[in-house]
Amino acid sequence: MAKEAARLGRDRRARRSMRILSFLPGLLVVLVLLGLFLKARGLLAVKPLASLLFGSEWKPLKGSFGFYPFILGTFWVTLAAMILAVPVALMTSIYLSEYAPRGIRSAAKSFVDLLSGIPSVVFGVWGVLMVVPLVAKLAGLFGTYSSGYSVLSGAIVLAIMVFPTIILVCLEVFASISRDLRDASLALGATKWETVKHVILRKGAPGVFAAVVLGFSRAFGETMAVLMVVGNVAQVPKSLFDSAYPLPALIANNYGEMMSVPLYDSALMLAALVLLVLVLVFNLAARLILVRIERRVE
Amino acid sequence: MTRLYRRQSGMSGRRRPGPAMMGFRRRAEERFFKALMIVSTGIVMGSLLLIVGTIIVKGLPALNLDMITKTPQGGFYLGKEGGILNAILGSLYLAGGATLLALVLSLPLALFLDLEARTRTGAAARLRFALDVLWGIPSIVYGAFGFVLMALVGLRTSLLAGIIVVALLELPIMTRAMDEVLRLVPDSLKDASASLGATRLETSLRVVLRQCLPGLLTAVLIAFGRGVGDAASVLFTAGFTDNLPTSLFQPAATLPLAIFFQLGTPFPEVRARAYASAAVLTLVILIVSLAARWLSRKLGKHTLS
Repeated sequence: MAKEAARLGRDRRARRSMRILSFLPGLLVVLVLLGLFLKARGLLAVKPLASLLFGSEWKPLKGSFGFYPFILGTFWVTLAAMILAVPVALMTSIYLSEYAPRGIRSAAKSFVDLLSGIPSVVFGVWGVLMVVPLVAKLAGLFGTYSSGYSVLSGAIVLAIMVFPTIILVCLEVFASISRDLRDASLALGATKWETVKHVILRKGAPGVFAAVVLGFSRAFGETMAVLMVVGNVAQVPKSLFDSAYPLPALIANNYGEMMSVPLYDSALMLAALVLLVLVLVFNLAARLILVRIERRVE
Repeated sequence: MTRLYRRQSGMSGRRRPGPAMMGFRRRAEERFFKALMIVSTGIVMGSLLLIVGTIIVKGLPALNLDMITKTPQGGFYLGKEGGILNAILGSLYLAGGATLLALVLSLPLALFLDLEARTRTGAAARLRFALDVLWGIPSIVYGAFGFVLMALVGLRTSLLAGIIVVALLELPIMTRAMDEVLRLVPDSLKDASASLGATRLETSLRVVLRQCLPGLLTAVLIAFGRGVGDAASVLFTAGFTDNLPTSLFQPAATLPLAIFFQLGTPFPEVRARAYASAAVLTLVILIVSLAARWLSRKLGKHTLS
């Protein structure tokens, strides 16, 4: 009897501690937000947020911290990357989910998994070796000069880095669409592509949108690979061949000197906070869509 | 369903081309898009081969025994003697420690998800959502958060600080990967265990865990791979040093940062070493990934279902 009670007690205790532990991930998100905000407060106390976000002057020694060029730099590099990545990733996901034979599909999935595991520094080294010279040459063809360290180089490297995110989410979305819908369309005489166009893409549209948003937010926060190929000049880029200076690169490049200039550390933590808030908004939106899709399947 | 039907008939009714001509156009469209898809798939697969190929081809010629058995000597970053043993060991210690720490938190969380999935409370869904959101946080933000934490408790850049931050980074990856594995365990197995009088905890620990062991190891390896490869989070927290890591409270070098710093120098010899270091990192990651895949295939062989 006593033994039984002890076993049940252990079960109850384990469940209780697991339940407490289960609040940790949610709590962690809040803690990260809070921690960054506490550090950023120092700068927010002396400067209004709007003047920081829309100011263009970045002179830490004079105490002026304008994030505008960095925010726009991030935005343009990410947007260009998505324009390159989305069509290719979407077509690949359709092929793998609707057309490819089983062998090719599983081989391709392994490839995509491997690609998602490649460290960002390796992407960066590859970018420096191949993409940057290529872009410099391309600029020559267009009659402009570029060192190659540019928005376009960052976009190309980023596009490849977000392939796995978009493809894996799209594959799950397409797999959640019932076989019957496809069969009905095919039975009505639609070709395979017409079925994709009118059934799969229509039914999967919210999920594909979520996949794109997740890819966007992944690209938005990517640091090392972009930092290595994008040139890091604090300006609002005017063309694809211009250098840019994205927000994550700003944080990573200046960690060394931030302690020696007043408010510098506060400014960098604010940059991280801005980055986090934007990424969280994208993520929450995408995840809410995906949770609804998953519930539909069950 | 009705909408679908109307759509289809509307399409053929719009212009009423002859059946043979319509067949040609539709077939051409089908072929065109299929070709486009195959090209796209080729681009995705080709980019992986191109990246790994470029790194290996550029890196291997500069790779030699000194690179992986020696620490940087005087003037290493000017092209003199030495190797990157400090970074290789630092990365392994850091990712190893972080993976252990993440495991301690991930395993109960994954078991909790598995248990709660059957009781239909919202707890499992909430936790999964939180983990997915956590997964989306960029590693540079973790790094910045680590910096804030360190300032708060008065810790300097050290192996320990790096381990803590990388563990946070690995936590959602490992837990979600374990969750996927645990979901594959058939309910009938848990029912059988319960009917023999086991409590839920005993079923989890002695039946479910044993059944999933290879899959759980895969999850651990995936997280370890991420830990080894991450650079942005350790920049703030682990620091960098030319010495071998000797204590948790000393700074530690990491492979991705070693690559980054070597590539930043203007000397061709040092840049060549950056390529070699990148080749080492790529090989480590590939080995870890392939081991993970091999284990998950083994899991498939023994799963009861």
